[in-house]
Amino acid sequence: MTEQYRADVLVSCLHDRAPELIPALEAEIEQRGLEGEVRVVEAGCRGFCHMGPVLLIEPDNVFYVGVQAADVPELVEETLVKGRVVERLSYKEPSTHACISYCRDIPFYNKQERIVLRHCGMINPESVEEYIAVGGYQALGKVLGSMAPEDVIKEVKESGLRGRGGAGFSTGRKWESARKAEGEVKYVLANGDEGDPNCFMDRALMEADPHSVLEGMIIGAYAIGAHEGFVYIPYEHAGSAKAMGNAIRQAKEYGLLGEDIMGSGFDFSLELRLGAHSFVGGESTALMHAVEGKVSEPRPKHVHTTDVGLWGRPSCLNNVKTWNIVPEIINRGAEWFSSIGTENSKGTQVFSLAGKINNVGLAEVPMGITVRELVYDVGGGIPDGQEFKALQIGGPSGGFLPPDLLDMPMDYETLAEAGSMMGTGGVIILDDRTCVVDTARYFLDFLQDESCGKCTSCREGIRRMLEILTRIVEGEGKLEDLDTLERLGRVVKSVSLCGLGKTAPNPVLSTLRYFRDEYVAHIVDHKCPAGVCKALIEYYIIEDACTGCGLCRRKCPQEAISGEKKKPHVIDPELCIKCGVCFDVCRFDAVGVR
Amino acid sequence: MPKLKSLEELEKLRQQLQGDIKARAGTSTTITVGMGTCGIAAGAREVMHAILAELDARGIDAHVTTVGCIGMCSREPLVDIQQGDEPRVTYGNVSPEMVPRLITEHLVEGNVIEEWAVGRVEG
Repeated sequence: MTEQYRADVLVSCLHDRAPELIPALEAEIEQRGLEGEVRVVEAGCRGFCHMGPVLLIEPDNVFYVGVQAADVPELVEETLVKGRVVERLSYKEPSTHACISYCRDIPFYNKQERIVLRHCGMINPESVEEYIAVGGYQALGKVLGSMAPEDVIKEVKESGLRGRGGAGFSTGRKWESARKAEGEVKYVLANGDEGDPNCFMDRALMEADPHSVLEGMIIGAYAIGAHEGFVYIPYEHAGSAKAMGNAIRQAKEYGLLGEDIMGSGFDFSLELRLGAHSFVGGESTALMHAVEGKVSEPRPKHVHTTDVGLWGRPSCLNNVKTWNIVPEIINRGAEWFSSIGTENSKGTQVFSLAGKINNVGLAEVPMGITVRELVYDVGGGIPDGQEFKALQIGGPSGGFLPPDLLDMPMDYETLAEAGSMMGTGGVIILDDRTCVVDTARYFLDFLQDESCGKCTSCREGIRRMLEILTRIVEGEGKLEDLDTLERLGRVVKSVSLCGLGKTAPNPVLSTLRYFRDEYVAHIVDHKCPAGVCKALIEYYIIEDACTGCGLCRRKCPQEAISGEKKKPHVIDPELCIKCGVCFDVCRFDAVGVR
Repeated sequence: MPKLKSLEELEKLRQQLQGDIKARAGTSTTITVGMGTCGIAAGAREVMHAILAELDARGIDAHVTTVGCIGMCSREPLVDIQQGDEPRVTYGNVSPEMVPRLITEHLVEGNVIEEWAVGRVEG
């Protein structure tokens, strides 16, 4: 028996769906006499969230999805002992149902270019040894051993890296300002306060590859001349906090944090700060307030945080993804990084795909990918044969892109021109059964909750807009409301202090721009084209399709459905509360919405 | 664990640790052992253990994988060796005792052992 393992079973995307899976795998491996030969590794997120738990068996690259403990005996016998693929557990391509056995052949993965997610799902996040084995901390060694701080800044500047937190400011320039700022004491901070309701990339990254964030931060601290840093994570993201805390402890043990790092004479210490989670808390000045122990509200930024930041000192705050990219730029060079992406948006972007899309999960693709490629190639298209209606990007305050823009390249500038924004890359796909007015209303509702209330425009403006939208979805809108919405939106955008207020009207303004017809249909025709807004729809039974099975009649909570056996039934609109149960239970598609 | 004092120490540690994740890293050599029921009955597991032990003892980077039956059951255990773009050579009736010579002559010295080989597929 040998110390070197011939095969590694990497388990990802468990999400509590199969807590007994790993013990079952370990027990079966032991029973089969494979211990010391085959190893089970609990790796971080592989991005294929809805397919979890997923298994990647290396070196054969065999990939299994939706694995449960009951599958373990067959899987171990067939694949780990005999080297055969269990096709039952392989990924099935949603449109062709083709069985794909190897990870490298799955379109979701082979269309990606993974820089931020380079180690995610490939290493054990709790092991600094595995991070070092895949080349971790080499960039830090290179920086401390052979580069002056100015060289590091120059390299990052030339790479064209822009902050991945949402605003997309040049990272190199930010570092340069912080380096030039006067003051003995400076700070670096990592923003791990991911606040968008549908985003999970920062969490996934910190849980799957925490050391890459630390390495980037140490390099950044060296470049700007900081000796102290903080990682801010909301309490709610307990997994991220645990992973980062563990990583900090390990890095200290190896002397990668602390005094005289790797004999270079450079000192740097890093602390984890946990705080309450809020949407506005991810704003840079609000986050610094939170680290100081104050209420996380933003302040005016006519003085940059690189001059006056945390405790009034020059501070450099970057998103965890930005920090994570830095070591890779140092290792592979600015030229390599700037060769990926578009003219002004370099590198890759991690998108979290959610909504009406087959491959819900995290995907990293080069900047400038078209909407079509993201939705259909990487995302695997729209489920249930529905039509693509819109792509909403940039978090709750991002905008909607209509089908006309399917071939638009996605980068910072193009998205901004289209009335949306890159944000942190949260993407929600809407199909033709989703109402854009209702969705815009949902986002406004979220934003009015999250508004800190400091600026009147944001606090009151969003609320008024929400009231108008609520009127429209209830069928009581007026055509003048649309102009009022646009005017209010412009005011909120121009008068509010921070990014939340400046972008909050986007969902409404962009839907008014691209889907005005749908608003008009709600107001003038009192109809919801997608069949969502309850006040405007009516369920009815399609006589020709109804078999008279009586299922809907039995399920209807209002007893609003009547009819004889084996004869078409009818819904009484007076009694119907539009709960949609009949629509969901009918096996013959005999319930329609109008 | 000892604190890292220099870049050289980090590099040394990395090299030590690399073997630990060998299965996930790229290597140019793949040794494939036939592990169908026929292979197992003929002693393929023992042969594979001998290969793993030999590679470990000599510190050679190679992936060892298993495959199902390819039909030539009478010659099991079958062991394929593929190095880079070289042809993939299949050896038949391999026993644990034959493993050290296979590794030395084929893997290290690059000479195919003609009398043991039963097949060859161009790389």
